[in-house]
Amino acid sequence: MSVAVAELATRSRVHYLNESYGVKSWLLTTDHKRIAILYMVSITFMFLVGACAAALMRIQLLEPAGAIVQPETYNKLFSIHGIIMVWFFLIPSIPAVLGNFLIPMMIGARDVAFPKLNLLSWYIYIIGACFILYTLIYGGVDTGWTFYTPYSSTYSNSHVFGAAAGVFIVGFSSILTGLNFIVTVHKMRAPGMTWFRLPLFIWSLYATSIVLVLATPVLAITLSLMAMERFLHIGIFNPAIGGDPLLFQHLFWFYSHPAVYIMVLPAMGVISELVAAYSRRRVYGYAFVAFSSFAIALIAFLVWGHHMFVSGQSVYAGMVFSALSFLVAIPSGIKVFNWTATLYKGSNSYDAPMLYALGFLGLFTMGGLTGLFLASLSIDVHLHDTYFVIAHFHYIMVGGSVMAYMGGLHYWWPKMTGRLYPDKWARFAAFTIFIGFNLTFFPQYILGYLGMLRRYAVYPAQFQALNVLSSAGASILGVGYFIPLVYLIWSMRYGREAGPNPWRAKGLEWETASPPPRENFEETPIVTEEAYAYPTRPRAVRV
Amino acid sequence: MSESAITQAGRPILEEHFETLPAQEEARKLGMWVFLITEILFFGGLFATYTVYRELYLPGFTQGSHFIEVKWGAINTAVLIVSSLTMALAIRSVQVGKRKGTTLGLLGITMLLGVVFLCIKFILEWRVDYLHHHVPGINFDYAGPHAAHVKLFFLFYFYMTGLHAIHVIVGIGILLALSYLTWRGRFSPKYYSPIEVAGLYWHFVDIIWIFLFPLLYLIGGR
Amino acid sequence: MIQVFNFGIATAASLFFPLHPPAASTIAPQVDYLYYFLTAFTLFFTFLIFAFIFYFMVKYRRRSEDEVPEEVKVSIPLELTWTLIPTAICALIFFWGSSLFFRNARPPANSMEVFVVGKQWMWQLQHANGAREINELHVPLNVPVKLTMTSEDVIHDFFVPAFRVKEDVLPGRYTSIWFQATKLGSFMFECAQMCGAFHSSMHGEVIVMKPDDFAHWLATNAPSQTMSSAGGQLFSQLGCASCHQEDSSGKYPQLAGIYGHQVTLRNGARATVDEGFLRSAIVNPNSEPVAGYSVSMPSFQGQINEVQLLDLIAYIKTLGAARKEAAIQ
Repeated sequence: MSVAVAELATRSRVHYLNESYGVKSWLLTTDHKRIAILYMVSITFMFLVGACAAALMRIQLLEPAGAIVQPETYNKLFSIHGIIMVWFFLIPSIPAVLGNFLIPMMIGARDVAFPKLNLLSWYIYIIGACFILYTLIYGGVDTGWTFYTPYSSTYSNSHVFGAAAGVFIVGFSSILTGLNFIVTVHKMRAPGMTWFRLPLFIWSLYATSIVLVLATPVLAITLSLMAMERFLHIGIFNPAIGGDPLLFQHLFWFYSHPAVYIMVLPAMGVISELVAAYSRRRVYGYAFVAFSSFAIALIAFLVWGHHMFVSGQSVYAGMVFSALSFLVAIPSGIKVFNWTATLYKGSNSYDAPMLYALGFLGLFTMGGLTGLFLASLSIDVHLHDTYFVIAHFHYIMVGGSVMAYMGGLHYWWPKMTGRLYPDKWARFAAFTIFIGFNLTFFPQYILGYLGMLRRYAVYPAQFQALNVLSSAGASILGVGYFIPLVYLIWSMRYGREAGPNPWRAKGLEWETASPPPRENFEETPIVTEEAYAYPTRPRAVRV
Repeated sequence: MSESAITQAGRPILEEHFETLPAQEEARKLGMWVFLITEILFFGGLFATYTVYRELYLPGFTQGSHFIEVKWGAINTAVLIVSSLTMALAIRSVQVGKRKGTTLGLLGITMLLGVVFLCIKFILEWRVDYLHHHVPGINFDYAGPHAAHVKLFFLFYFYMTGLHAIHVIVGIGILLALSYLTWRGRFSPKYYSPIEVAGLYWHFVDIIWIFLFPLLYLIGGR
Repeated sequence: MIQVFNFGIATAASLFFPLHPPAASTIAPQVDYLYYFLTAFTLFFTFLIFAFIFYFMVKYRRRSEDEVPEEVKVSIPLELTWTLIPTAICALIFFWGSSLFFRNARPPANSMEVFVVGKQWMWQLQHANGAREINELHVPLNVPVKLTMTSEDVIHDFFVPAFRVKEDVLPGRYTSIWFQATKLGSFMFECAQMCGAFHSSMHGEVIVMKPDDFAHWLATNAPSQTMSSAGGQLFSQLGCASCHQEDSSGKYPQLAGIYGHQVTLRNGARATVDEGFLRSAIVNPNSEPVAGYSVSMPSFQGQINEVQLLDLIAYIKTLGAARKEAAIQ
């Protein structure tokens, strides 16, 4: 009886989802939580478009001569897949969805520092996405997501301008999001929330925001110069009319290598939260994990040349970039070891988000270590532009970032919607994704060393067996992503009431109702303890 | 939260998600600084590209630089520096609570100088460049030595000064809006962060020009 | 020790599946050793992490909802251990990979030269005696071969998996790679840099022959003209000879013997006259003017294609050789 009354009370309680209704109340909202939901819907849509392109690619590669499309179409498929997945899914995924939702809540604030700017950045994202979809509908772009000159600026007959404009525009969305987060973390922390009481998620996103703000403008300039060469026929990057094609690559990777860390640093933040919550302990080596984020953000700016080992750059430049690339592996390693050590003598549960986190640990380790192959000069000469590279960065981007995004989404889903999803299905999906992922991408490592090149619409027949294996894995992976889409939507209506803290986790976001009220907290919280202050027993004394 | 009661000209000045007015003011200032850092990298990409090509194609860039008038660049530098001074004075005026008219006058002079800058840029420089067939992609005709590199120089000249001019136009727009709010009496010694933040932006635009002037006008080997 | 271990893995694995392409150059086995070492290292650490996770997850699984775990006490020595050991291993791999790369960066002086021009979507290859091939490259066994490469249009990339060599082929400049084939047979080469619609069809075969067979092949395929004699013809056709002829006026640079020498540029810098220098001196003569000559030369950009450019350069190189021989005599 009293339970029913309590439930009725939660339902009639006013929270951010039911305080107002109608399209306008969403499209003009300045609430960071609603903006997070807007982002979630938009990036899920873009993810589906990018995933369709990937599916078609995997079907094409079932046969050496190409199963379904002409090489020209295939080029457009991988280009749109890359552009959408990088700029319209991975970069905004964790920062713009989970970050937007959680940063103010984790630090005890009512909103981000500039709520209107936050909404503006979503609109900018949408405008950028419209350019990309326009490009896609009116014939696509075939340069690959890297837009290498002079192919993009002179030779390609596809819609390079539309795609470049979309990427140029969405960059400003990233910049504004990063700016907002930096100011929010600096100026909006609740009383008592000192820097070393911040959850590690905040540290990672803070480091990410710095990279966003510093790197993205360079991409904008680079793409605008490329577009100018295309339109005005002035030799900026095309040597036939007096430019330098390598300069484009330098500028592009000066942004795009840090962009890799824009995609993976937030994932590391999510993993810290998940590991702590499901082992009910403080993350081992908090300070080491926090500062390694900054080490990564810093070194990220110094390693772009490792994308150009075979581009005709000098031997000495190659060696310097190689050494720095090895250096960037160290802080990532430190993080993995610290997370693993957190599990030691923890109280570890097998909830679905934890399974995603464990999947991340394994796949990220594998992806990171295979990065050492590519940082090593003489091996990179052989592996550059082969499927080994594809496998490596998918282990980081999909095995790492997407796993973390899925884990984070499951972990905070009850907070966002007030509902629980069916845990068995969630665990099943996590396993399916893990298995499908490995089946898809592990064979690609072998393919790469054998000499199968990326961006190949047709390929030598001896590579068929491994390609078929990879495509089979991709279909399992596709099913794995489809299941959560179904049960998460289902849970919004039919899921059990979650209550404020279904996982008994620590953190300010769990101290308020689910879903939270518009202003997040009934009254401003005062922080008196460190992050992850789970009840623990003292260490057993060895005799 | 008694401070949320502070209103100016009938509107609350403390946004509801901030606890205190100083917190809000500090957030705005920090926000502008972060934005300016982004801007530095934005122009920085261009400066870096310019530097690389100047190194590679020095003769062409020297040649190109001879076609633009140092005179106008120098006058424009002076115009912008004076406008920065009047901007700073406008902030000072609202800080110490001088009459509304003083602040408005100073903002007005700042904007006027911005317009003078743009007039010199567009009418006395760009128009003449156009007449001399020095606009790459639109009207370019130069047959002397290093033609491709002179063209590249002019591309950078127009891109960099054009991007800067867009910033000046945006700055004038912001100052126009702030003048209106000043006229409506929104600002006081207690609350003036929008003007201060706009000032930061204006000075930044000025500093960019201080770099553009020598890069484009002066190091032409004169 | 490591090599034996690597060899073990490689043979065990290749019983089921080829794990590496044929190793048919002098560099290939060295790259493979490092590759298998890294593979072993990667698998070891991945399984190690998996094993730890698995063990901790089972041993320290949550047994009751109210269970209280042990507190975290960070051990600085442990943190240092897992920072410094990976750093040391990374340093080792860096030195191994870089020294291998560095040792093989320069082609041996006695390399046989082949010139490669990539264009959408084919490879044109030319031997010094003028023999031309399309999407095929005949080379002798156990002889170092240096490829000097350029592109007519976009960026391509010349990749021979069996030789473990790859380098971008850029428009407007020369890049080079070299290899020494150690196995007879034919090995595929591919374009590795996305270059347009038929990028994936831009491949061909390197055919490694016994030196005698190769000499025979070269002789039967030799055209009437070698590269340098074709270049010599161009030299007079294009009117180069009118200025760069042997004369004593000193108004124009003399080309005999200039290849491989250093010159002083007008801006005071020194430059070595190599293929790249000659190329830019022909297509873009005023970019790096040589000190002491005031007359500017017209650009030949757009008037000759990459193949003709290579012929011209080959000719200019022989001018040097002729003078050297003369000097010796």
